[in-house]
Amino acid sequence: MAMVYQKSKMLTDAPLHYCPGCTHGIIHKLVAESLEELEAGGRAVGVAPVGCSVMAYDYFACDMVEAPHGRAPAIATGLKRALPEGVIFTYQGDGDLAAIGTAETVHAATRGENITVIFVNNAIYGMTGGQMAPTTLPGQVTQTTPYGRDVTTAGFPVRVCEMLATLSGVAYAERVSVDTVPNIRKAKAAIKKAFETQIAKKGFSIVEVLSTCPTNWGLTPAEALEWLRQNMMPYYPLGVYQDRTGNERGVF
Amino acid sequence: MSERVLMKGNEAMAEAAIRAGCRHFFGYPITPQTEVAAYMSKKMPKIGGTYLQAESEIAAINMVLGAASAGVRAMTSSSSPGISLKTEGISYIAGSDLPCLIVNVERGGPGLGGIQPAQSDYWQATRALGHGDFHVLVFAPSNVQEVVDLVFLAYDLAEKYRMPAMLLSDGLLGQMMEPVSFPEPVEKTGKPSWAACGHQDLRPHNVINSLYLKADQLERTVVERFARYAQVEAREQRCQQYLCDDADYIVVAFGATARVSQSAVDTLRAQGVKAGLLRPVTLWPFPKEAIRSHIPHAKGFLSVEMSMGQMVDDVRLTVEGKVPVGFFGRTGGVIPRPSEVVEAVMKMAGGDR
Amino acid sequence: MARAIIDERICKGCGLCVGVCPKKVLRLATDRMNDKGYNPAEVIDPAGCIGCAMCGIICPDSAIAVEK
Repeated sequence: MAMVYQKSKMLTDAPLHYCPGCTHGIIHKLVAESLEELEAGGRAVGVAPVGCSVMAYDYFACDMVEAPHGRAPAIATGLKRALPEGVIFTYQGDGDLAAIGTAETVHAATRGENITVIFVNNAIYGMTGGQMAPTTLPGQVTQTTPYGRDVTTAGFPVRVCEMLATLSGVAYAERVSVDTVPNIRKAKAAIKKAFETQIAKKGFSIVEVLSTCPTNWGLTPAEALEWLRQNMMPYYPLGVYQDRTGNERGVF
Repeated sequence: MSERVLMKGNEAMAEAAIRAGCRHFFGYPITPQTEVAAYMSKKMPKIGGTYLQAESEIAAINMVLGAASAGVRAMTSSSSPGISLKTEGISYIAGSDLPCLIVNVERGGPGLGGIQPAQSDYWQATRALGHGDFHVLVFAPSNVQEVVDLVFLAYDLAEKYRMPAMLLSDGLLGQMMEPVSFPEPVEKTGKPSWAACGHQDLRPHNVINSLYLKADQLERTVVERFARYAQVEAREQRCQQYLCDDADYIVVAFGATARVSQSAVDTLRAQGVKAGLLRPVTLWPFPKEAIRSHIPHAKGFLSVEMSMGQMVDDVRLTVEGKVPVGFFGRTGGVIPRPSEVVEAVMKMAGGDR
Repeated sequence: MARAIIDERICKGCGLCVGVCPKKVLRLATDRMNDKGYNPAEVIDPAGCIGCAMCGIICPDSAIAVEK
């Protein structure tokens, strides 16, 4: 018998601290497997965010930098400018990327900064115990929207891929999900393509991954996947929002 | 050393950084430091370096964090309000044991304050460049040649002790033109062993990080860092002394204020008052040893600043009440006149000549 | 012949593998807990495993390797 599936060498032996059934672990694997398959781990440097995945620096076997909250794209910019042949990625949650770090995200994107952003959207602040995120859905109950997100006072959720797709520096933007095995396979293809986009020096690439938070959603892991399908997918449709990977860089 | 050329303080600073091996500058326009960024934007593309105008001061300092993580000499420059924004990143840089150069061409504050020269960021530079237990090397040049020399020293010491360094200049020094010569250029090759620059499958992964969730682990890390700070305090205090050895009254002043104070000392000497000038070149570490060495003969110290009195705290902490410590300052962008300093020393001396 | 190898020490008993197994050869153990306090996943029908690796792919903790 041959091994047909095993843990990626681009993950360390450190056990993940995530809650049972949290899909961060799946997304970590997809990033690690993509780097391994592209033989890019040796020149990769990842940037960990603040949020549930803050300790991603312990889990990825490539060099890692831990960023202040929201600043990962700026740090990735500094890394990429210092290491033009490096494969530089950020791994960020929704609060990190779409609230406190919106400016860093938008400007790294519009500069066409040649980095890859892995954006994990689970519609809630997980690490601090389940508060409203910029991507919390209308009506969604969180610790700080106890009556459901009221869009007349708390505003509307941010659709990150749609917003970034309008920027000329974005070479590739896709939204994927990890709720089923077929979708996990598609998510991996997207992440791999994002890294390939960077390696081909095409510009900014982002993969938004719809993810679950069973603990703060108050659901079992299986129920959480169903909740994602029923509630998140209609507001955040899966698909490719920008693909300029066929273009020469700087031609849009 | 290069031939002497006439240069503006801000431009000499930028040129010095390039010659010291800096190839990565991240900035944001703010008066009165903008010449640094403008010079970098002109020079960097021609030498394969990076000039990047960031979306904010916060982004700029985090770009510095990223580039410094990769093991290169990185730099940002700003003026007072911009430095306030950078303090988040500076705290993380210190907590991640990264070297880098941060320039503050000071202007008046608080708030938007003004755009004239000031020294009212002394407290911020020496005590409050972000949250947490840490220090930053702080250098205070008082002429354009010293701006150049201290840029080189700042990078060397920042790398030696793995901590950020700040050059505290001001609008006066930034805009002033003086002749300068530059040290031999530094060629930076290779990466430090700790850098996050891609392990090329040759070593375990490097992690640049300031997070320690276990209290004992964080305490140990901070205590180790403070052991390094103690070495810095023991070895790296720098100051320049002018007529201090026999002085009854010693003016303590840094940067542009020291130039004014030196004229005042000359006037006082001509009038028969034994005055001296002690000019801190490093604000952290503060030149405590030099100040203490004069306590036995000095009748008083006078801290002269372009602020309401900030460095005077450190002078008092150093003198420990053994002799009187006075203060004279102008703030809001007003530069003290030598005659005002003379008057302040005379007042301190009272009838006692 | 195929086999799912579950590292019970790092399994958090989330059950995602159980949910995706097309042959229903997995379940969460009811008779034991691991050191973390979770009921780990276990193979109840080794002969039924087809080595599709879906359990491994969805496991967030990389606790499952699959041979075929």
